[in-house]
Amino acid sequence: MIAGVEVKGETLTCRRGDRLLFAGLSFAARPGTLTQITGANGTGKTSLLRMIAGLLKPEEGRVTLVREGAGPGADEPAELLHYLGHQDALKSQMTARENLDFAARWQGAAHEPGAALERLGLAAQADLPVGYFSAGQRRRAALARCWMIGFPVWLLDEPTASLDANGRALAVELIGAHVAAGGTVIAATHEVLIAGAAEVSVR
Amino acid sequence: MTAFLALIRRDLMLSFRIGGGPFLGLAFFLTVTAMLPLGVGAKLSLLGEAAAGFLWVAAALASLLSLDRLFQADAEDGSLDQLALGSLPLELAVLAKAIAHWLTTGLPLTLAAPVLALMLNMPEAGYGALTLSLLLGSPVFSLAGAIGAALTAGLRRGGLLLSLLVLPLFVPVVVFGAGAVSAAINGFDPGTAFLFLGAVSLFTLVIGPVAGASALRIHLS
Repeated sequence: MIAGVEVKGETLTCRRGDRLLFAGLSFAARPGTLTQITGANGTGKTSLLRMIAGLLKPEEGRVTLVREGAGPGADEPAELLHYLGHQDALKSQMTARENLDFAARWQGAAHEPGAALERLGLAAQADLPVGYFSAGQRRRAALARCWMIGFPVWLLDEPTASLDANGRALAVELIGAHVAAGGTVIAATHEVLIAGAAEVSVR
Repeated sequence: MTAFLALIRRDLMLSFRIGGGPFLGLAFFLTVTAMLPLGVGAKLSLLGEAAAGFLWVAAALASLLSLDRLFQADAEDGSLDQLALGSLPLELAVLAKAIAHWLTTGLPLTLAAPVLALMLNMPEAGYGALTLSLLLGSPVFSLAGAIGAALTAGLRRGGLLLSLLVLPLFVPVVVFGAGAVSAAINGFDPGTAFLFLGAVSLFTLVIGPVAGASALRIHLS
């Protein structure tokens, strides 16, 4: 079981340059649930995810992570959440395994890098430089890293982008298993990953 | 500590796979040094006198060569987000990257400098001072350079702006580094200059990572 972590956003306001993207946005993502962020292109889905990750400072409001059975602010967000942006954050010159090895040392790991790549169907490509990967294979490697690190909260920006049908099914299964084990998943996506997921709409 | 060493190791690995590791900077250092006699003429006494100052300037420029990619590559592929969200503070990530940069530029340049000094007919008395001054001063190129590299991380053609930002920070090190060598050649004690170089290195060891991390946070948000 994964330590349950609730992610709460309170009256969040986001401004990029002169443009107000959203204001007064509140939500609560419970452990064991998938929350989908929906909204048209350019309305601030990525900004909201980066805000939750702590990469972007909200103009107003705040984001809190509450571990079940502990007071707020007991843990650093860095130890609780993994952010998978729309870029895959993989080094083209390193093999998939080397990329994951580094991530394991940098952020920690609940699973072996090899096992993670296998889970996403990349066992045969584990020792190929990521530069040779297709966009879908890169996405799989990035999802493998997310699963390998195994933090309770997953922040996913378009997790199924460029994935084929098989890859998409794997991603949905991965997210479903994480949610079933008590994890919290917040995903910005246009498609329905799991029926009945909670929704946060930016604008 | 494992995370810190892992980042240094990753950057060394990338430096070898992308740009031939330390050899690209060394080749630049060598080529520029070989051009000096061609431009100035084969006046041995003149070359010997200018050698210390010239080698220091060439070392500064060679370090600058790879500095613009220090954070840019990570910013482009999203790795910077992961570095910011790691188990270590961003300040230590900047420090680890600056150390890796020094290991592939400053250190090999320091080791190669005496050979190039011989090529420029530098008086024997200056060799020890040249090596020691570069060893003490060249970390500044990577540590202070990291501030400029962080500020220009998001710029496509940031290299030129980077040199304008960073070269003024290199001035004191070049002045005292070349000064230490001249002092040793002319029979004076270069000790004070060494102390100054060490002090600047320690100063940028503290300032560089903190300022670099602040600049990167601005870039991320």
